[in-house]
Amino acid sequence: MTKNLRVKTSKFIDETYKISFKFNNKTFYGYKGDTLASALLANNVHLIGRSFKYHRPRGIMTAGSEEPNAIVQLHSDTSRTEPNVRATEIEIYEGLDASSQNCWPSVNFDIGAINNFLSPILPAGFYYKTFMWPANFWEKYEYFIRKSAGLGKSPTEPDPDIYEHRYIHCDVLVIGAGISGILAAKTSAKNGLKTLLVDEKSYLGGSTIYQDSEHFKINNQISSSWLEKEINEIKKIENLEIKTRTSVAAFHGYNFLLARENLTDHLPLEQRNNKIRHKLLKIRAKKVITATGALERPLIFDNNDRPGILLSSAIGKYASLFGVACGEKNILFTNNDTAYETANSLFKKGINIEAIIDNREEIDSKLIKEAEKHNIKIYKGYTVVNTSGYKRINKVSIMQLSKDGQKVIGSKISIPCDCLGISGGWTPAVHLFTQSGGKLKFRDEDQVFIPDTYSSDQISIGSCNGDFTLDEILFNLPKILKKFLKINKTDYDNLEIQSSFNKSKRNIWFLPSDKVIGKTKPFVDYQNDATAKDIKLALREGFRSIEHVKRYTTTGMGTDQGKLGNMHALGIISETSKSKMGELGTTTFRPPYTPLTFGTIVGRNVGEYFDIFRKTPIHEWHVQNKAEFENVGQWKRAWFYPKNGESMHDAVQRESKAARDSAGILDASTLGKIDIQGTDASEFLNRIYTNAWSKLAIGKCRYGLMLNEDGMVYDDGVTTRLSENHYIMTTTTGGAATVLGKLEDYLQTEWPELDVYLTSVTDHYATVSVCGPNSKKIISQVIPDLDLSDENFSHMSYKNAKIEGIKCRVMRISFTGEHSYEINIQANYGESVWKKCIKAGKEFNITPYGTETMHLLRAEKGFIIVGQDTDATVTPIDLQMDWIVSKKKYDFIGKRSLYRSDTIREDRKQLVGLLTEDPEEVLEEGAQIVADINKSPIEMLGHVTSSYYSPNLKKSIALGVIKGGKKMIGQRLIIPMENKKINVTVADPVFLDKDNKRLNA
Amino acid sequence: MFIINCPYCGEREQTEFKAGGEAHIVRPKQPTELSDDEWAEYLFMRKNIKGIQFERWIHIHGCRKWFNVVRDTSNDEIKAVYKMGEKPLIK
Ligand SMILES: [Zn+2]
Repeated sequence: MTKNLRVKTSKFIDETYKISFKFNNKTFYGYKGDTLASALLANNVHLIGRSFKYHRPRGIMTAGSEEPNAIVQLHSDTSRTEPNVRATEIEIYEGLDASSQNCWPSVNFDIGAINNFLSPILPAGFYYKTFMWPANFWEKYEYFIRKSAGLGKSPTEPDPDIYEHRYIHCDVLVIGAGISGILAAKTSAKNGLKTLLVDEKSYLGGSTIYQDSEHFKINNQISSSWLEKEINEIKKIENLEIKTRTSVAAFHGYNFLLARENLTDHLPLEQRNNKIRHKLLKIRAKKVITATGALERPLIFDNNDRPGILLSSAIGKYASLFGVACGEKNILFTNNDTAYETANSLFKKGINIEAIIDNREEIDSKLIKEAEKHNIKIYKGYTVVNTSGYKRINKVSIMQLSKDGQKVIGSKISIPCDCLGISGGWTPAVHLFTQSGGKLKFRDEDQVFIPDTYSSDQISIGSCNGDFTLDEILFNLPKILKKFLKINKTDYDNLEIQSSFNKSKRNIWFLPSDKVIGKTKPFVDYQNDATAKDIKLALREGFRSIEHVKRYTTTGMGTDQGKLGNMHALGIISETSKSKMGELGTTTFRPPYTPLTFGTIVGRNVGEYFDIFRKTPIHEWHVQNKAEFENVGQWKRAWFYPKNGESMHDAVQRESKAARDSAGILDASTLGKIDIQGTDASEFLNRIYTNAWSKLAIGKCRYGLMLNEDGMVYDDGVTTRLSENHYIMTTTTGGAATVLGKLEDYLQTEWPELDVYLTSVTDHYATVSVCGPNSKKIISQVIPDLDLSDENFSHMSYKNAKIEGIKCRVMRISFTGEHSYEINIQANYGESVWKKCIKAGKEFNITPYGTETMHLLRAEKGFIIVGQDTDATVTPIDLQMDWIVSKKKYDFIGKRSLYRSDTIREDRKQLVGLLTEDPEEVLEEGAQIVADINKSPIEMLGHVTSSYYSPNLKKSIALGVIKGGKKMIGQRLIIPMENKKINVTVADPVFLDKDNKRLNA
Repeated sequence: MFIINCPYCGEREQTEFKAGGEAHIVRPKQPTELSDDEWAEYLFMRKNIKGIQFERWIHIHGCRKWFNVVRDTSNDEIKAVYKMGEKPLIK
């Protein structure tokens, strides 16, 4: 079985550098310069995997990134395992370990292959039709479908490799380093433009660099030798950066492109450590030149998917570039001249060609004459009607085509072979062009879509622009470049070109057969097993739009996005539905052009760098004191401080009780702080808060509620008047940035006449909040000079003070309902003030508490948390906070919305308290509240928004929003849970100290 | 990803900006005198045009200034950029 099909030394392969690798656990050898595909072919291995639906054996079809079949899993069961790697792209390295995908238990014996024999009952839309009923069975079906489909395995461990992002700005980006791209890049760079040339392959020169025919000459030199000199020259140009192994994944608007530069995938594993594996290049180019070439089309006939069937150009490339014969008995099947180029090249290397089957009747060109001279048998006007061989093609059956190409005539001829090259002409690689927003036009002569209108400063050149022959390319290129780059001449204005390429082509999208279509398997999309008959079936069932046919048949929906067969799908639709190709339009090619790994996309944003987090100036103390943290926006906030293995519940109960019994201390530094100054500051506050601000005395604080223009509560907090025209506003922790943004918006766009300046000072101050009946005694020790008497320093006022000479602001405000103080001091003194308070509070058992206890304490008082007790549908009236909505003010943000027909409804959801019948029963936040459990359907009245066990009240308390809740105080309602019903009574939301006696205690 | 020419800073990447909806919707001076329908017109009704659209944008990770943009939503071409309170010079 194992043979050496290496035929001739190639200068692209280093035969002194032997590399061993594994495929399906068997060791093989190749050389430096090989891809996995070329090395396997040299070892006469064609069978690579199984197809997705029918599990048919599949082999290598192409020699590039368009490969649909030869996809493998690299390094199974390691952290570096990677599925869906194209064998045609991966360069071999010492230690490479690849295995087949899509087969179970092995590529040679695959249970799923039974689908192949069941295929008459597996038509297009089969999954949709069969497995959608009954609906709740889908999950079970899906499990089996996915298991037998086996789309490769993802790694289960973290990716050990390093990835990076890099921004590149250039004047001209050239995509593709074939002959067109090389000449364009040189012209651009030599005219002083900062140029970047990228190509997905490891070498430069595209397909010209390995072409060796005497029929293609430039300035009397064989085109590959001529191009080699050009390549050597461009490597010396300073303002030209060349990146190989770099594939452009996306071409967005405004010439913004993403490319993946592959840096280590070709290196032996041990040389990869600590090196960057892939770089995601974010390229912003003033101009883009697309030179992405063309993809050869397959031909659509019965059993056109067997291992050993390759594109004719791929066979040519394996022979010329890698020095590998794909078979010993080769047949080529073509509708154009390209296959003859391959045939002549193979002949030169001593590779046997059994026959060429050409579906054209009358043909004549230098290439054909040369083939005839080599005594290659040519069947003119014939088509392949079938192939045989299960794991490798062993025979083709051919018949003569009728004049109109609609059917086959005469008798069948069988020719044994082990390799079949197919050539259906060329399709310009317009994928990136269309991604950028470019519009295509259809060229009837040779049935191709080519670029028509561009959406940005860019141009397509060479075969991706529909110029397929050397003379066409080199004739058009200088003209296009001069116009595009606004230059007068290029080095290529007077090239002498010799090209022998007959452009005639007999295009038949779906070749006729002697069998009825139902008995054939003519594959259009190899990766997804979509056949020509599936497409015809979809049309019979009424699908018309190409986008619908695509989804129904899954044509073009694999990892290769159907790069080979999409045109045939269109062609078959066009022929069957008698509509014009140009009017059908194409399906959308979406980024990425070839798949990207997640590592490339995330770059360095992994682990602790995945998302930034903010720490308060007192953070280290919380860490040392074993706080558990919770994320609030980007902040890490101390959540609770478990002592001696306490549970969260026990810690919160202890903290909550201590705060009310004696003293508690909270790090409130994360609250948003906005410094507001200007002669119109008071007027501004009047307009943005619901309550009145003009009469707030200097030195006083006031709670404010901010609405959206739709009347819904947006944010809340205490604002303090520091002087006549100077306020400091606090916002919720999570709302700080959006509140500032909203205030700036109104100031800049609605009220530019107001003299107001806003500055975010959140990070500038640390805020230490001390509360509880002993808070006054503690603060008097920390700030002995401050007169804390109620007469001098009443609730809702502020004082400037000094702690050891450092200025601070002390507010007497409370979110817990306890007598409390907030010290605001320059951030870098925060931790030392915190420690002073802890020290001074030691005799009073001062207890640090976190956000959970803060939430519990405020719930006892019925204070809302914006975003927890409210969502974007709650007005202050719904919150029973009518007291804060000024009746006198003419206008404020949201005022008019408070008496829209919808907001004045009495059955809106309103905030109420909830008490459980069993005081030990704590409700679940989010639980639904109902009145009548027997009604069908059950009417949901509202839901629980906050719920705690209060250690101070020794019972369960909750807040919730209920339709018409204000009028339901005292009423009994039901909270149905999974296993029980909980009886609750609607109550006043203030559970503790309704007269606010504790504030001044 | 487009490039926006901030009238205060010059050309910058789109990621530095945030869109703020339709431009030139002036907050009524006397909301209390509007009917529910008139207020709803201001509050809720916004255009979503395929073609030339007038929009508000803010250079949120830059100078934090609001300004207006005239954009062709069919191809993202920006026809004009102008400050708040100014009139556009459409290309
Ligand atoms: Zn700016």
